[in-house]
Amino acid sequence: MLLRSPTVSRSEFEAGTGWQLKPEGACQGHVCIPLSQPAGDTIDVASVARDMGMPLVAAPEHGLWALGPASIGSRALASAEAPDLRLPDLDGKEFRLSSLRGQKVLLFAWAPY
Amino acid sequence: MWQALRNELHPHGFELVAVGLDTQGDAGCRAFIEAAKPEHPSLIDRHHVLADLFGVINIPSSVWIDADGMIVRPAEAAPAPPPPTPAPPRVLPSGTPQRFVDIMAEAAKIRKDAQGYHAALRDWVANGKASRFALSPDAVVERSRPRDAAKALGHAHFALATQLEMDGHHAAAIPHFREAHRLVPDSWTFRRQAWSLEKVGDGPLARFWQGPDPDAPDAWPYAGDWLTDVRKIGAENYNDPWRP
Repeated sequence: MLLRSPTVSRSEFEAGTGWQLKPEGACQGHVCIPLSQPAGDTIDVASVARDMGMPLVAAPEHGLWALGPASIGSRALASAEAPDLRLPDLDGKEFRLSSLRGQKVLLFAWAPY
Repeated sequence: MWQALRNELHPHGFELVAVGLDTQGDAGCRAFIEAAKPEHPSLIDRHHVLADLFGVINIPSSVWIDADGMIVRPAEAAPAPPPPTPAPPRVLPSGTPQRFVDIMAEAAKIRKDAQGYHAALRDWVANGKASRFALSPDAVVERSRPRDAAKALGHAHFALATQLEMDGHHAAAIPHFREAHRLVPDSWTFRRQAWSLEKVGDGPLARFWQGPDPDAPDAWPYAGDWLTDVRKIGAENYNDPWRP
């Protein structure tokens, strides 16, 4: 997840990482990681990254930070519950995967190169 | 091919969501999307968030998600639907550079099980959770890509690289792409993305060269290239074998 500042809003964090911030911690499905500080509306990324074992890399000369994904259980997925993917279409309109709840979805990754 | 399959299955509660993984975004993807005229969602993923969120390491690949939002098959190779009649072998125009001839020859050896994959897909669309191809939540997690702390760090470097590239800092992006490649050696998309940004020659094929410029081989900034890396593992091992 790419960041322009070391703090982000709760919804940006949840969209970028796929982890939901709840009173019991950061959760994906039934898997919850306790956090050392309760998550407010603004997330201190370094603190949450430490709690969740997510790597944080900075390029301060460009004003950029990148938060790597969690590696809970040494697998890409901590839970089979699909994260609510949010991406733009060609017109820049944001699509949310959860808008297709009720249908079977094949998420298809391709590239023009 | 995918569009026709989607239209056939759509009335049965199925939707296709295509995601183009390309740091060049619109500039890289638009022509392909407009040519395909998709009636399904078609999205752009400049930072490869599909790698972070779903463990996508290669293209084309798919993740199956059921009507309740549960993943029932994690990222795996997704061959195009088998054509009704076999496509004739592609004839390259004379004068095609030898590198493209070699790349096409290797690509032809890449193992695909389109019959098995698409029979499974139709079975899942028809039978949902009762399909034997819909995996349990535990099996989904277990079958998702291995990821340790080093790989997670590689993903962070890749995100930085893509943003630097988008911001016009190409030279600054390269060391972060290299770190991503070193730390996540099983990701083809992390490599192919970076290689495709080193255009060799002009025209629409420049992004497919994916290797050193024969006139300036020392200028190539990466440890591997498409042809070398594919030959190293053997094209038949490019995709993991399809597992029911």
